[in-house]
Amino acid sequence: MIGSFDSKVPDGPMAEKWTNHKFNMKLVNPANKRKFEVIVVGTGLAGASAAATMGELGYKVKAFTYSDTPRRAHSIAAQGGINAAKNYQNDGDSVHRLFYDTVKGGDYRSREANVHRLAEVSVNIIDQCVAQGVPFAREYAGQLDNRSFGGAQVSRTFYARGQTGQQLLIGAYSALMRQVSKGSVELHTRTEMLDLIVEDGVARGIVTRDLVTGDVRSHTAHAVVLATGGYGNVYYLSTNAMMCNVTAGWRAHRQGALFANPCYTQIHPTCIPASDEFQSKLTLMSESLRNDGRIWVPRSHDETRMAKDIPDDERYYYLEEKYPAFGNLVPRDVASRNAKTVVDQGMGVGPLKNGVFLDFADAIARDGEQTVREKYGNLFDMYERITGENPYERPMRIYPATHYTMGGLWVDYELQSNVPGLFVVGEANFSDHGANRLGASALMQGLADGYFVLPYTIGNYLAPLLGQGKLSEDDPICQAAVQGVADQTKKWLSVGGTQSVDYYHRELGKLVWDYIGMERDKAGLEKAMTEIPALREEFEKNVRVLGDGQSLNSSLEKVGRVADFFELAELKARDALEREESCGGHFRSESQTPEGEALRNDEDFAHVAAWEWGGDPGSAIKHKEELTFEEVALTQRSYK
Amino acid sequence: MAQTMPRPGPNPVRKRPKQLPFPLNVYQSAVGRKWVMAVSGLVLLGFVVTHMIGNLHLYEGPLEVREYAETLRDLGVHVIPRTWMLWGIRILLIAAFVVHVHSAYSLAAMSRKANPSSSLDSNKRYASSQDYAAANYASRTMRWTGPIVLLYLFFHLADLTWGWLSDDWTRGDPYNNVVISMGNIGVAIIYIVANVALALHIYHGAWSMFQSLGVNNPKINNYRRHIAGGLAGLILIGNLSFPIAVQAGLIDQDNCEAPCGITAELEHEGEEAAQ
Amino acid sequence: MSEETLNLTLKVWRQEGPNAKGRFETYQLSDISTHMSFLEMMDVLNEQLIAKGEVPVEIESDCREGICGTCGCMINGRAHGPEKATATCQLHMRSFSDGDTIVVEPFLASSFPIIKDLAVDRAPLDRIIEAGGYISISTGSAPDANLIPVPKDTADAAFDGAACIGCGACVAACPNSAGQLFTSAKIQHLNLLPQGQAERWARTESMVETMEDYFGSCTNHGECHEACPKEIPLDFIAYTNRDYMKSKRKNRKLQGQA
Repeated sequence: MIGSFDSKVPDGPMAEKWTNHKFNMKLVNPANKRKFEVIVVGTGLAGASAAATMGELGYKVKAFTYSDTPRRAHSIAAQGGINAAKNYQNDGDSVHRLFYDTVKGGDYRSREANVHRLAEVSVNIIDQCVAQGVPFAREYAGQLDNRSFGGAQVSRTFYARGQTGQQLLIGAYSALMRQVSKGSVELHTRTEMLDLIVEDGVARGIVTRDLVTGDVRSHTAHAVVLATGGYGNVYYLSTNAMMCNVTAGWRAHRQGALFANPCYTQIHPTCIPASDEFQSKLTLMSESLRNDGRIWVPRSHDETRMAKDIPDDERYYYLEEKYPAFGNLVPRDVASRNAKTVVDQGMGVGPLKNGVFLDFADAIARDGEQTVREKYGNLFDMYERITGENPYERPMRIYPATHYTMGGLWVDYELQSNVPGLFVVGEANFSDHGANRLGASALMQGLADGYFVLPYTIGNYLAPLLGQGKLSEDDPICQAAVQGVADQTKKWLSVGGTQSVDYYHRELGKLVWDYIGMERDKAGLEKAMTEIPALREEFEKNVRVLGDGQSLNSSLEKVGRVADFFELAELKARDALEREESCGGHFRSESQTPEGEALRNDEDFAHVAAWEWGGDPGSAIKHKEELTFEEVALTQRSYK
Repeated sequence: MAQTMPRPGPNPVRKRPKQLPFPLNVYQSAVGRKWVMAVSGLVLLGFVVTHMIGNLHLYEGPLEVREYAETLRDLGVHVIPRTWMLWGIRILLIAAFVVHVHSAYSLAAMSRKANPSSSLDSNKRYASSQDYAAANYASRTMRWTGPIVLLYLFFHLADLTWGWLSDDWTRGDPYNNVVISMGNIGVAIIYIVANVALALHIYHGAWSMFQSLGVNNPKINNYRRHIAGGLAGLILIGNLSFPIAVQAGLIDQDNCEAPCGITAELEHEGEEAAQ
Repeated sequence: MSEETLNLTLKVWRQEGPNAKGRFETYQLSDISTHMSFLEMMDVLNEQLIAKGEVPVEIESDCREGICGTCGCMINGRAHGPEKATATCQLHMRSFSDGDTIVVEPFLASSFPIIKDLAVDRAPLDRIIEAGGYISISTGSAPDANLIPVPKDTADAAFDGAACIGCGACVAACPNSAGQLFTSAKIQHLNLLPQGQAERWARTESMVETMEDYFGSCTNHGECHEACPKEIPLDFIAYTNRDYMKSKRKNRKLQGQA
């Protein structure tokens, strides 16, 4: 019983699908909109923009965030920028080119129609954000500035210093707060969604826990929107914020929503390596650094000299040697994998030998320190603040880290999951990036979904429901769901084990990183599938959660999230195991070209793997959505 | 199970007042009150500067001081009756003083409410003492130097304007009154301490005034602190010089070549009468 | 890069709930690497507490890269600790020396009630934004982004205000618990831009008065700027004071009052 598993991609030519579909969708009369209640969980870019827009339209919206204010969501940390097919630079960009680049960048594992729509609405996003007061970078004449990002051949990336995500989120947050002040959005801060309420296969509400008082209760509505971000923290160490988790999506999955492509994870090549085992998270540095920095490691495995004392012929510029055409600018996954290879071979640098050099000595010699400072000054400062090393004098040390997850809850063209009434937007869904995401596209997708897609498509679902009430919060279904969550909370508090939640999260992260990291193989994945459940069993018996359930208790919050990561990790391993090809952010060592490049298998794997909860983590059931490509011809990547 | 527990949340620290008509509503807000404080401070600062400059006549001698005092009474005499202009200025200064003190008092009360634990001057107190990075001694002691200056003002008026403190005080003979008053080492110390407080108050007040009035111009922004420091310094040097000069004997009746102060004046008038 | 370790004495404010009585607890930590961040050092402390069966210290953080504004506490009497332009999460232990005693307290203000230990409720900052910290433009009604040119200097100045991360350190550091720097940054971000002009006076008046509902009065100490992880300039406070006084006149005219 998986509800509707139809992608609902409209007919007609690619460029007209969205326009036609907007016309064909049922509308809710303005006066009737206030009769519908919508729950939005998560207030990052996608959630805040969706809640604000639906509030403007007249729906009664309840927005939930576990943070103390909607403005904290991790969308805020995106540095680089946001793509839009504005073609302000007159360099030949177009909706079609952005669409094409995104499908190709996703290694042909995304749904064409969704991607095309994303490219279409990208132009509206910039208009909307500028009107909201987002201070994008400007040229002296006052026009918007653009840059080329992530290897794109056109300059289509809009940016706001190194804080684009923050500025866009403040824009969406301010739009949301405007609706809160008007009373059209009811805001619940420090409130975490812990279950989805489903009645007869239809999403009817959520169960939440107030993180301050511990109060567990239900909220019901006509539709539920999840905008709860990605699951990168399954690796423990990632560039995600400490609180990012999969819980909302996973609990929905347990209630019947399909989880698509959990194995697709983007590993970002330019992060600061961990300094010790207490490292709590990793910090990403903009990959624009690769434009001028040269990546190398010493050829000798037991090098003890300072970097600057190592002569050129004893340095291994592995990217420049292996990929003469692209050199240090190869795509993220290629750069990441090669870094892992040299570190695994024992050529790593730094006290833990867990990084590679990103060296600006040549750039400084060529352009002068001042020029380099103007371009990268804030990144260099950030690096120095974290490591205590001055990158003008000695090379930076970098290493890849988990950054973004392309997989997520399965949704159709209307962003509705297979559970009617449950919509999923932003990173939490799987739809637009395929197996790999282009730089500066995450912000674009979050805002596209929230501002310009969901507010239309949700009307199509709600229109026929006119006159139907929402589920009563006193209904036995709600009460049972609330009881379930309350019991679960109590259970964690009474385990009385010996190890902290963080300990198990760290241990899980190591397994996931080693076996389902940048490079996966059959043996490793099979090992993961036995070791993860074993560790989970120990975790459930031996975790120690102190404190009580009636006050702020971050260990109690974390324990539930880590429990869900355990279950997700197992599914991730299985998905990776069964996808016997390399594509985008998923590299199977069994599937590579003679030159060591990712080798796709379009014959057998041009599909979305959408997993159904089978009662326990080990028995998920796979469903396939076949992907067809009308507009973009499938080609094998080559960066030689 | 699903009982709703009230979530304690931050409450406003004040009840918002009902808007009065313009321009009274300006004074209902803290920002408006700071503006009033800045404007009244500016008026008082003008007074302090003028007063200090006027007092430099002490170095010329008793006749000049008396002449200066008479000039003040004669201000605007061609248009309005004698001393009216002076009284006008006095009333303006009293009004400025009253609103300056009231705004300061009420804003401090507002901050006291906003602070969970505050000291006598309504500044916040952390359990470990706060390590200030920008707040200087002058800014943190505004609520001490203010009352000190207020008390000093009354002392100064009682001492030299009303003559309540000394039997030797003579109306219309400021030079002698100053010499007699500040000739007492205790009184001189009071003047010195009070003027240090006044200078500290002006140092922060003048800088703060630029902020509160919203005077912000890139051309002068870098000089705001210097302007404030310079003003405070000049006033301090000028005002401290008087008690010090009296104590050092630089301002003394003995220095007068002719009979001094009111005696000289009377003599002079006597001569005229004799003629 | 030198690997050093520190032995530290921590005095941490513990308070079980909003109405409970708080107290300092003293903890000893040894062999803390100088490469650790301050929050990782607190993680180590919490691991030790859990191992001993004691309830860990609640200290909030999220992005740990200085941009989300979740973290923040008073460290040795300074909001966000001794380093300039650095949020608590970006503070590293190399800023301390072996044998140091570190006093950790929550941000204090009447309208930042303590939730537990070092976690405080900063909801009034949201109330200020609700009062007008937005440009009223409904989705879909925006003109082309390049229609209104914005001079680079203007965009840059607005950005200096927009850079505020809403951590509340300005309020915590202020001896008056004033919210001036936060409010001014948010007001001026929008007031400086051409898009923000239509609502400029109403926004200024409303946001300033909401601020005054919750926070103390600014006496221009400048502590807020020193504590600010984004170094928001004090000039914004002056701009806002000026705009507020103008708003009192402007709004009167706009409303057609005599």
